[in-house]
Amino acid sequence: MAVSHLECKECKAEYPLEALYVCDRCFGPLQVAYDHSRLKGDVGELRRRIQGGPQNIWRYADFLPLSGGPPGPSGRLASRAGLPAGCTPLIRADRLAERLGLREVWVKNDAANPTHSFKDRVVSVAVARARELGFEVIACASTGNLANSVAAHGAALGMESYVFVPADLEEQKVLATGVYGTKLVAVQGNYDDVNRLCTELSAERDWAFVNVNLRPYYAEGSKTLAFEIAEQLGWELPDRCVVPVASGSLFTKIAKGFEEWRELGLLDGELPRMNGAQAAGCSPVATAFADGHEICRPVKPNTIAKSLAIGNPADGPYALELARNTGGSIDAVSDEEIRAGIALLAQTTGVFTETAGGVTTAVLSKLAARGDIDPDERVVLVITGEGLKTLDAVRGTFETHTIDPTVESFQASTADAVAV
Amino acid sequence: MAVLVKIPTQLRAVAEGAAEAEVEGETVQEVLDALFVRYQELGARIAEEDGSLRRFVNVYLAGEDIRFLEGLKTPVPTGAELTILPAVAGG
Repeated sequence: MAVSHLECKECKAEYPLEALYVCDRCFGPLQVAYDHSRLKGDVGELRRRIQGGPQNIWRYADFLPLSGGPPGPSGRLASRAGLPAGCTPLIRADRLAERLGLREVWVKNDAANPTHSFKDRVVSVAVARARELGFEVIACASTGNLANSVAAHGAALGMESYVFVPADLEEQKVLATGVYGTKLVAVQGNYDDVNRLCTELSAERDWAFVNVNLRPYYAEGSKTLAFEIAEQLGWELPDRCVVPVASGSLFTKIAKGFEEWRELGLLDGELPRMNGAQAAGCSPVATAFADGHEICRPVKPNTIAKSLAIGNPADGPYALELARNTGGSIDAVSDEEIRAGIALLAQTTGVFTETAGGVTTAVLSKLAARGDIDPDERVVLVITGEGLKTLDAVRGTFETHTIDPTVESFQASTADAVAV
Repeated sequence: MAVLVKIPTQLRAVAEGAAEAEVEGETVQEVLDALFVRYQELGARIAEEDGSLRRFVNVYLAGEDIRFLEGLKTPVPTGAELTILPAVAGG
């Protein structure tokens, strides 16, 4: 496989491909390095190789950090392939584009994953690597979607799992986690407290915390979103991507995916403008962007977009750098705008997204209204999760007409409805 | 005034293997300075030359991020627990 070693993003120190995530020398984050020299040369052949792969993220195995090849019938981990993630729809959203005065908008609907969020991509990769490394227990610190995914992957693979969430999480996300038979731990505190606890626990337990000690592998899974978008656009880059920002990992890894394919000649042209989306009630990255800072000051989250409620974002500095380098931005929207964003997406595309998708849609609206987007641009809106997981956000936003089972009653109600 | 500092696994190799250390100091900065005097190499890894912390280092006083308190100037009561952790987890 092409995976080579771990390296520090800050000081470039090299490490073996183990369950490590921090540079001992400077405390910087570790990332996976590859040697793609074997893939260079015949672009057509490489495209055919990808297209001939399975209908899930493992079609991009050459760009993912497994040393034994992808799980599945042809891989070493043949007995248990887990939950196949990815290959979600990229939908052309002409009605949304029209509403916003844009020409070409596409919705990447990642709610169409096994546990209904993009987290299945990162968890698939982290858990496959955890098995390669010999771990028997998987765990995570989660704002909800990751909890669903880790619990489900644990069940599919027969691995014990521990899932740590903030105690005030949405009921739908709690139920959609517990059902898989995981050990669900509700921590009295916010996500950043949960994350600190898991960072401490990861030093005490021989567990694979997917987003702590396995984080370099886990984060690579997000690149598959970029690969799919490019492949679905006919091996072309979009002009702009609007992506939600919590830790900043997804945002930066989508760009890394495009970059890796540009380097191999699979894609031509400039990196898309990268626009990050945050909720105003938890916007440490958007605030630093607006203030011209290179690092983020942590905040205490207070927003309905709980899946984005990370007050102390690990990849904040890199997200800022990326937005600035590509001519993008990081913007924030209010809870009211988030609800309007959910409704706008639902009513123009038929896609019902959770609050994070409301944030992303609302930021796209804001960029369009501000005149930041050239009408000729091809824009991709990355929708990361499912509306059924955050039902409170839409409760009370529309009227139901209750009638007697008679034609008269229906006609009376329709007249009322028209009057409304 | 003795304060207990919890040392993350990544730094124990430069702290003679210790998981925690008791040092003196009245503020977070004083406590860290005392720790860096005892373990010089540890200081070089997480602090800049001017004594400020590198950007991927989190320090917690009794579980609270010191940036929500008074940063390095935060007063540290006797018997308090200071935790150093990598900032690169989560999400």
